[in-house]
Amino acid sequence: MSKKKNGPAWLMVLPLYLFTLVFVLGPLVYMVVLSLLRRAEVWGVTNQFTLENYKNILAPVYLKTFVESFRLAVISTGIIALIGYPFGYFMAKLQGRWKQGVMMALMIPFWTSSLIRLYGWIIVLRSGGVLDQLLMGLGLTNGPLRMLYTYPAVVIGMVYALVPFMILAVYSSAEKMDWGLVEAARDLGASAPKAFLTITFPLTLPGLLSGVILTFIPSMGLFFIADILGGNKVVLVGSVIQDQLTQARNWPFAAALSVVLMILTSAMIWLYRKVAHVKELEGLL
Amino acid sequence: MPDHILQLQEITKSFGGTQVLRGISIDICQGEFITFLGSSGCGKTTTLRIIAGLEEPDSGRVLLEGRDVTALAPNKRDVNTVFQNYALFPHMTVGQNIAYSLRLRKAPKEEQRKTVEEMLDLVQLSGYEKRMPSELSGGQRQRVAIARALASRPRVLLLDEPLGALDLQLRRQMQVELGRLQKKLGVTFLYITHDQEEALNMSDRIVVMREGRFEQIGTPSEVYDHPRTAFVARFVGSANIFRGRVAGGGGPLPRAELTGGDFVFLPGNGVFAPGSSVAVAVRSEQLQFHRRDGKSEGGIRAVVREKTFAGGMLRIAFALEDGEEAVASRHGIDLDLRPGEQVLLSWDPALAPVVEDAP
Repeated sequence: MSKKKNGPAWLMVLPLYLFTLVFVLGPLVYMVVLSLLRRAEVWGVTNQFTLENYKNILAPVYLKTFVESFRLAVISTGIIALIGYPFGYFMAKLQGRWKQGVMMALMIPFWTSSLIRLYGWIIVLRSGGVLDQLLMGLGLTNGPLRMLYTYPAVVIGMVYALVPFMILAVYSSAEKMDWGLVEAARDLGASAPKAFLTITFPLTLPGLLSGVILTFIPSMGLFFIADILGGNKVVLVGSVIQDQLTQARNWPFAAALSVVLMILTSAMIWLYRKVAHVKELEGLL
Repeated sequence: MPDHILQLQEITKSFGGTQVLRGISIDICQGEFITFLGSSGCGKTTTLRIIAGLEEPDSGRVLLEGRDVTALAPNKRDVNTVFQNYALFPHMTVGQNIAYSLRLRKAPKEEQRKTVEEMLDLVQLSGYEKRMPSELSGGQRQRVAIARALASRPRVLLLDEPLGALDLQLRRQMQVELGRLQKKLGVTFLYITHDQEEALNMSDRIVVMREGRFEQIGTPSEVYDHPRTAFVARFVGSANIFRGRVAGGGGPLPRAELTGGDFVFLPGNGVFAPGSSVAVAVRSEQLQFHRRDGKSEGGIRAVVREKTFAGGMLRIAFALEDGEEAVASRHGIDLDLRPGEQVLLSWDPALAPVVEDAP
């Protein structure tokens, strides 16, 4: 290695480290510290060490929200994979202009706040809303479905909000795929489904797997979807954290919940990577 | 015809209005090493893909052992392909790649293991079955691709410019090995290349392709020594083409008058109608030249344009009176001739065949 004129190499990456320190590690440490302190009577915290907050999480009502969040995340991620994988796969097979068109259609919704788009779903799902009118108009249902503020409504919201990430992850994997390999497999005697299973699927698996991570983590914490489309019926960890922070003003407890959620999610990713034997995840980790 | 393993009958194919194949037909014998030779865009790869079943012809038939397979899916044909970019499966080991076709038909594990071993031995890569394709060199990948395609014992092996990506030395070595392999296995090889040296080296028969047609089909020596057309003479033998009209007049040999006004002799065994146009192919190593001094004894007037040294041969380019160019080649690295010098070109008429000169 020759000496560079521009000074030591660490100077070049210093901004990166500073940024990570201030905006990622700092808040994280602050959150952990906060979770170990006692709440003050009216506002903020007192400088008193306690494990009380973590003990409180073990109350059944909070444990239930963790289980509930996990269940919703698993269901949503499953549905997202079922929709997103074929979508991303076929999108990669589209020709030039069509591909750009579909990509545009995927991107345009991001130009609007996701909150506003979720309110759009209220109009669709509410009793006598667009969906009910459509179904009743077609004679498929007799009365309104009363979809809004139900569990399926929350799942629909989750899937809607997160499916683009799955699509893009699978797409970028399938895009890099050498379709000549499929021809080679067909040539060697594989039927079309067999060629998909033995060649295409394994080679696009990294995309699917990173898509799963990209959708699973957010769906554990996207509280506002449950709030807006689920009413008070579906209570997720995210909602509890938000309530504790803004309504109950119990910062330490909110911090403790966040820490536990973070540890659980990290553990799940670790386990997942162990089980799935993924070395590389598409554009991730 | 039981010994015709593969037959193409009047195959045509167009892509988006461009006709790529214009009705090609050929019968290929069991155990033959046949090479389709042509420059890029002549339709040779399309022909191969049609035989493999990866492309469907617009019209015409493909017969494999007398059976019409034109509409059959690629996996239903007893034909395997070695692709130009090898197309090894990157997520499988060398062994898994080779055993792929056997796994598909659920061959017993023991048979799979044995075949992999045998195939690796065949391509001289024993002990490599645990490697990943990414860990191999280009030449090794090429061998694995061949082993994989041969593992299921296809009736015909299609090779699409398999040596194109290798360096010259490795290419020469692989040419020899491919020839040896083919003789040993007795499998019909259908080889595609744009390299005439490769074609002349390995093939039992060569099919010279041009713009979606078969220009000439024959053994290497037929194609090289007796090119049917000017295109074949130029492409296979890098020959010079001299054009002119048959001249009348009595001599021992028929003569032609070139566009530049010089006279040349035609092969004595031909019958030529005076006045008809004629083209003669003269390979560069057979083109003679000598300095023009006062007492010139016939030949084509030309001027030395340039000398280049390539591949152990000296190439001398001449400018002719009619604006055409001719090239002579000699062993050695230099010659006592300077650009701008006046020379006379000639050749032995017996070695310069008359060729068809379709545009």
